[in-house]
Amino acid sequence: MSEAVAKSRATGLRLWGGGVNPYGVVYKKLGMWLFIVSDSLTFGALLFAYSYLRMSSPSWPSPFHLYPSIAFSSVMTLCLLSSSLTMVLAVHHSRHGERGKVVPWLLATMAGGATFMVLHAMEWMNLIREGMTLKANPWGDAMFGGTFFTITGLHMFHVFSGIAYLGVIAVGFGRKKFNADDVEVVGLYWHFVDLVWMFVFPLVYLMSVHMGE
Amino acid sequence: MSHGNEALHEHPSVGMRPMYWVWFWLLAMTGIEVFLAYLQMPLRLMLIALIGLSVVKAALIIGYFMHLKFERLNLVLTIIPAMVACILLMNIFFPDAKRLTTHGVNRHMNAAPPAGGAAHP
Repeated sequence: MSEAVAKSRATGLRLWGGGVNPYGVVYKKLGMWLFIVSDSLTFGALLFAYSYLRMSSPSWPSPFHLYPSIAFSSVMTLCLLSSSLTMVLAVHHSRHGERGKVVPWLLATMAGGATFMVLHAMEWMNLIREGMTLKANPWGDAMFGGTFFTITGLHMFHVFSGIAYLGVIAVGFGRKKFNADDVEVVGLYWHFVDLVWMFVFPLVYLMSVHMGE
Repeated sequence: MSHGNEALHEHPSVGMRPMYWVWFWLLAMTGIEVFLAYLQMPLRLMLIALIGLSVVKAALIIGYFMHLKFERLNLVLTIIPAMVACILLMNIFFPDAKRLTTHGVNRHMNAAPPAGGAAHP
């Protein structure tokens, strides 16, 4: 390599930090980030559609009482946030080579996700018992049920997929088939699921709190 | 599983202490959101407050839990501005929602077109 080329390359690296690896991440991590970008647009579109329908409707219902709906959804939020912390601990221990501590934290993360799903299923059953379906509900605009079940259902599917993904990584990491990068990538997915709920919870639940008797 | 580009991957070392703080603040902000929901605030003000808190929570999760704060600026600039711009562009639909409210058009009513005017296609 001539001196001029070497100097030019060094300048490029200094200014852009690019070269052969501009992002400084493994391909799996970059792939997960790109997936997260696309999936955030999916959820963004759904939440904007929900807000559009709500804004244009004169009879959008506010059916969520403190108990069970708001209490359940608040505890569900606590479960997801705590499972994110256990996921951070799993990534931290995997990065520091403490292999024995990784799988228990991954299992704790799965437990947080499973608790979220059970509580969410109970919440759905409560609403269904009160007469809410995809096409109708006893409180107001018929679109409420369809949008509610679509958004929370898609999110719940992501939680379910995340639990399955965490299970695969936990087993593979225990068998030394996967490494710390794989734990970090599943962590990105799990935090994204948590992130989406941070918008679903206020927009869908807290904006529709029942204030009356 | 082996990786050919393992040596090129940077692993920024971040302690756990800030993560516990982030978790605490996320819980605290969630509590504030639930409290706000029970205040008799105007809907628009409540929406701004709740979305504002959610954006802060999202930034904390992305920055700390997802480690983006500790990644190269190249990665941040590739991911975040385009995503935020695309999401913000979806606001284009809200003037139409406002039009429907203002003109009293209800999608559940088979209302006749206004007298003397043609129905919109």
